[in-house]
Amino acid sequence: MYLDHAATTPMLPAAIQAMAEQFARVGNPSSLHAAGRESRRVVEESRETIAAAVGAGPNEVIFTGGGTESDNLAVKGIYWSRRDADLRRRRIIASAVEHHAVLDCLEWLGKHEDADVTCLPVDALGRIHPAELRAAIEEAPEDVALVSVMWANNEVGTVQPIRELAAVAHEYDIPFHTDAVQAVGVLPVDFTASGVDALTLTGHKLGGPVGAGVLLLGRDVACTPVLHGGGQERDVRSGTLDTPAIAGLAVAVAGAVGDRSARSARLAGLRDGLVRGVVQRVPDAVLNGDPGDQYLDGGPTRLPGNAHLSFPGCEGDALLMLLDARGVECSTGSACSAGVSQPSHVLLAMGASVDRARGSLRFALGHPSTDADVAHLLDVIAPVVDRARRAGMAGTRRESVSVREHTTGADRSEAGGPAR
Amino acid sequence: MRLLAAMSGGVDSAVAAARAVDAGHEVTGVHLALSPAPASLRQGARGCCTLEDARDARRAADVLGIPFYVWDFHERFADDVVDDFVSEYAAGRTPNPCLRCNEKIKFAAVLDRAVALGFDAVVTGHHARLSDGVLRRSVDSGKDQSYVLAVLTPEQLALAVFPLGESTKADVRREASTRGLAVADKPDSHDVCFIADGDTRGFLARRLGERPGDLVDAESGAVVGRHGGAFGFTVGQRRGLRIGHPAVDGKPRYVLSISPATSIVTVGPAPMLDVTAVHAGPPVWTNGAPVLPFEGTAQLRAHGAVSGARAHLVRGRLVVELQEAQRGIAPGQAVVLYAGDRVVGSATIESTG
Ligand SMILES: Cc1ncc(COP(=O)(O)O)c(C=O)c1O
Repeated sequence: MYLDHAATTPMLPAAIQAMAEQFARVGNPSSLHAAGRESRRVVEESRETIAAAVGAGPNEVIFTGGGTESDNLAVKGIYWSRRDADLRRRRIIASAVEHHAVLDCLEWLGKHEDADVTCLPVDALGRIHPAELRAAIEEAPEDVALVSVMWANNEVGTVQPIRELAAVAHEYDIPFHTDAVQAVGVLPVDFTASGVDALTLTGHKLGGPVGAGVLLLGRDVACTPVLHGGGQERDVRSGTLDTPAIAGLAVAVAGAVGDRSARSARLAGLRDGLVRGVVQRVPDAVLNGDPGDQYLDGGPTRLPGNAHLSFPGCEGDALLMLLDARGVECSTGSACSAGVSQPSHVLLAMGASVDRARGSLRFALGHPSTDADVAHLLDVIAPVVDRARRAGMAGTRRESVSVREHTTGADRSEAGGPAR
Repeated sequence: MRLLAAMSGGVDSAVAAARAVDAGHEVTGVHLALSPAPASLRQGARGCCTLEDARDARRAADVLGIPFYVWDFHERFADDVVDDFVSEYAAGRTPNPCLRCNEKIKFAAVLDRAVALGFDAVVTGHHARLSDGVLRRSVDSGKDQSYVLAVLTPEQLALAVFPLGESTKADVRREASTRGLAVADKPDSHDVCFIADGDTRGFLARRLGERPGDLVDAESGAVVGRHGGAFGFTVGQRRGLRIGHPAVDGKPRYVLSISPATSIVTVGPAPMLDVTAVHAGPPVWTNGAPVLPFEGTAQLRAHGAVSGARAHLVRGRLVVELQEAQRGIAPGQAVVLYAGDRVVGSATIESTG
């Protein structure tokens, strides 16, 4: 049972077919001969398809190697351009719950490019309030290079008031970037209507290939390249365009956006059943993030496929392993360092304790998910949580000293963490 | 059985896990993250805690087709092994961190967690034989690791599986290669895994600061040199004493004892290193207490020589008389008692005579 669609989701059959057709052909879209022209046509049609699906102009579509590259390009590129135009502009305002593809850019810019990062706090549901953005800008409006706030959070699923936030930034003529990797194809994302200046999307979260993404970049938004070379994409991004990947990406974006509302409604129903079922079986489990029962800019306030739950007294890693052994594939949702999962910066920013942050799992439903997936999880969750709870934080951490000096096996099962 | 295989990324633990799989057990691989900030690449033969080692372990698990996870034990390792290592040196003793890691981490913290999560036992690639609760030396005497396992209690051993004890290291490497495990030719790790550059003295100096003191000759009582910190010395050490002028008798000098309180390091000629009795702490019996006094053999260092020995208890502490004098025996090390190749028990040396 694959319940990790926020990490990556299977490709749509139509996208696979579109790629397969292109794999069999030759042609560099930059070449002038017939084969090149044919590839160029595929790329440009794909560009138009994507632009139409997300409410952008074709010239605003810049093909990249995925979400990470798009985030890097937007954050670094816009920062560099804005700073070079006015050396006072060294401040980047971003939310505390961004993906590492944004956060680590900020850290790098801080270390190497003299950037100053202002972190926007989130509330207990993980939401950024426009008033906070305004306050952050007001500290010194003239020194802000850009604002970056993700459309929807990949861990807890909370959707941000992007249109409103972008409007605040624009009052001060500050460009606004949003990482919409989790949102496109799931929420109503319209680039122009949202008012944002730059938007990141990636193929493998919506039924397209890994390693193909887009940065939507407004026509008048200056952005210094990160990759230099042939200047294929508006001189902002270089590298031979990957025609098969772009063809697959376009089919996937169009497909995902096309059946978005029916699929999202279906997934929200499944998700609500999952959350209800888990809480019935594990009464102290708590849902993190927005409950998803409100509307925001025409979509739900939580990603429909996302169920992020804390299981008090359990360790996320232990839950994950026990579920994996029972055929349920999910994630703690947070980043790993050296294979060791770190307490989620998102939950910590939402005010959760380290223990709660560590004791959490993300179940992410996607287009192939069914009732049977949820039912299987509900079959196994109670004994798994029970087992993980008895294991508690056994052994790994300082707070739960459980070194047993020559005790018996019976004592051992009580070691560490709350016993029940 | 449901077995947890501790996989360091080395050849031994990979083959141990493979054998457990072959034996029909349900095996899950786990790599222990013991360093808070692991280096990405291994340097030489040191350590087992780099990202490269974690990758090697993961790759071996993939080849075996078993689930694999990384368990983060770096805080416990820092407290129970690294801090212990530093404070033992600071107290003038010579610790064995591998032994401490087995005692406190692999067969305690990891075992606790494994059992709590529903595993029946932990598999490691240690070279030692274990069956029916009896711990014995490996058939490969050069690679035998029973010394560093002699701190384990019967309860701990009951939950341990050592599949490599009947094989030589050469066999294990050959088998890894036949199985297509890329770690077949990976060099053995040695030295202290958490001191990446191998400079123990530098590591201790960073942790403890310089604590200068005198080098005193045991025979003449004369101060024969100065040093930056008593923790930089081990009993039996000859090199690096930097004694200004040769001793009166012209014989080389060795560290005889270390007194952290006064920062005095006492040196003397080789014969003064001879130890014929050790006084140790309370023993751990690996398979129940033997008949006392115990007659058998004793080993006082990892890969050290073995001597005929007679052991008895004095107020709960182990006293061992050695038939052949041993050199370079330091407080902090373990004295391990054997009956033939069978491990009887161990205790930490407190003083020598
Ligand atoms: C919010 C968010 N941003 C960026 C990324 C990175 O995208 P990619 O995997 O295409 O580099 C991801 C996916 O991991 C994500 O969830």
